[in-house]
Amino acid sequence: MTAHHPGEQLLRQYARGDDIPADRLWAVEAHLEGCAPCRGRLDPDPIAEQVWADLAPVLDRTPQMPRARSWLRHVSHWVSPVAGPWLAMILLVTAVAVALDQAGSVARGQISLVLLVAPVLPVLGVAASWGRAMDPAYELTSATPRAGLPLVFRRTVAVLAVVVPGLLVASLVTGASLTRWMLPCLAFTTCTLALGGLIGITRAALTLIAGWAAGIVLPTIALSRTSVALDVAAAPVWAAVLAAALIVIAVRFRTQSRSS
Amino acid sequence: MRAVGAEEVAPTSHPWEIQADGLVVRVGGRRGRNAVNELTLRLGRGVHGLLGPNGAGKTTLIRTLATVQKPSAGSLSLLGTPLGGSAGLRKLRRKLGYLPQHFGYYKRFTVREFVEYLAWLKEMPPETIPGAVQRALEKVGLADRADDRLKTLSGGMVRRVGIAQAIVNDPEVLLLDEPTVGLDPAQRLRFRELVVELGQQSCVLISTHLVEDVAAACSDVVLVAEGSLVFQGTPADLVAAGTEDHVGDSPIERGYSALINAAPGQGGGW
Repeated sequence: MTAHHPGEQLLRQYARGDDIPADRLWAVEAHLEGCAPCRGRLDPDPIAEQVWADLAPVLDRTPQMPRARSWLRHVSHWVSPVAGPWLAMILLVTAVAVALDQAGSVARGQISLVLLVAPVLPVLGVAASWGRAMDPAYELTSATPRAGLPLVFRRTVAVLAVVVPGLLVASLVTGASLTRWMLPCLAFTTCTLALGGLIGITRAALTLIAGWAAGIVLPTIALSRTSVALDVAAAPVWAAVLAAALIVIAVRFRTQSRSS
Repeated sequence: MRAVGAEEVAPTSHPWEIQADGLVVRVGGRRGRNAVNELTLRLGRGVHGLLGPNGAGKTTLIRTLATVQKPSAGSLSLLGTPLGGSAGLRKLRRKLGYLPQHFGYYKRFTVREFVEYLAWLKEMPPETIPGAVQRALEKVGLADRADDRLKTLSGGMVRRVGIAQAIVNDPEVLLLDEPTVGLDPAQRLRFRELVVELGQQSCVLISTHLVEDVAAACSDVVLVAEGSLVFQGTPADLVAAGTEDHVGDSPIERGYSALINAAPGQGGGW
């Protein structure tokens, strides 16, 4: 730093904002930046006082940012903002299925209702997270960089994080074996996503739910005996379906991410 | 002060922000129609007004430019990135701002939460989001309502929230579909000042049916009819096209009706 400090008079002129020749003004300014004692010598009034007097009332009026709902930010990064009521409904359906099973009202307790609804429950949640008709901000969301498979995965994981623990509790209460519903449940979720890439998530969900109702639920109730599709022996088939759907999604994801 | 990234100071390598050649966009499935038909358009920095009668394809064009709707034929480049495959789409979308005609929102969110959420969807760096949201809300004059729920706002305020979310990421291409609907006259004046300011740095395309908005704020007018380009030029050129014999209350409206009536397939009536 320079050993030459500006004189009293020059410093006073600077503080007043007087017309100082530009070369001297720069010299003073540069010196003040590096020299704390000289900054201290600067007369605090009138400029600083004036600035502060102008600023203080504005500062008092500036609203403080409340951060009361920071949880909402974390939740909405995973769960679609419109999916909340749907997830609540899914848990409610699970509870009703458990209650009906406990009462043994469906075919005198021969069939587990929990098993029958488990595979399609997450499909509802996925549809709610990505349905064009259900999300008012769909148009806005689909023009953003995060739209596409990464966001689909986030929202699906969030749906499974709600549905699977609910079903776990249900299967513990009713004694339904884990392997009998977990694989169909995951297979249906991934199939919705894979099919959704072709015909839209809402249509894919409706197709799969209708197929499940017609192919499995109706025959099961009509014949009063649990379908072979929900047998433990069917697990390899469900695992194969799950793997195939995952491959379809992965291929789509690769073609999208490779080019981006 | 925010840090300036290397990407922001890099020289532009593309001649036009928006470049469309023979663009065709088909809507409505198999029995649909070409909402945008063989459109060739070049737009650089500045404020461009998109005018045209109802059903001229303005909204479809804006949706296509916003990368929501896929083009059926022709080529389209945004910021030098050709659209078509999904090459560079994600990177491109970070530099887009889009206000749809029907602006849907989450009623339970506060203004700040909603704009923050959109900023997150636009993949802005998390540490820059609160500051950027505050700046955007100040620009549209909603800083004092930032912590109110969206359902408590009036229609004009909701529209301004829509503008705030579109500009929160300092977009290089800003697409606004009917942004002045629901704004009162004072707000519209403020809005014009804002777009003129934004047009210094980026390419702003405003679809509107209010001819006076274009006259006041736009450096360039794009007139479309039946999905094709009818006219592109300055507002003064548009005024020059009209004569006293044409329908309209102002010189620019007369110029508009002169060009629209001269366009093929455009009768009178509506």
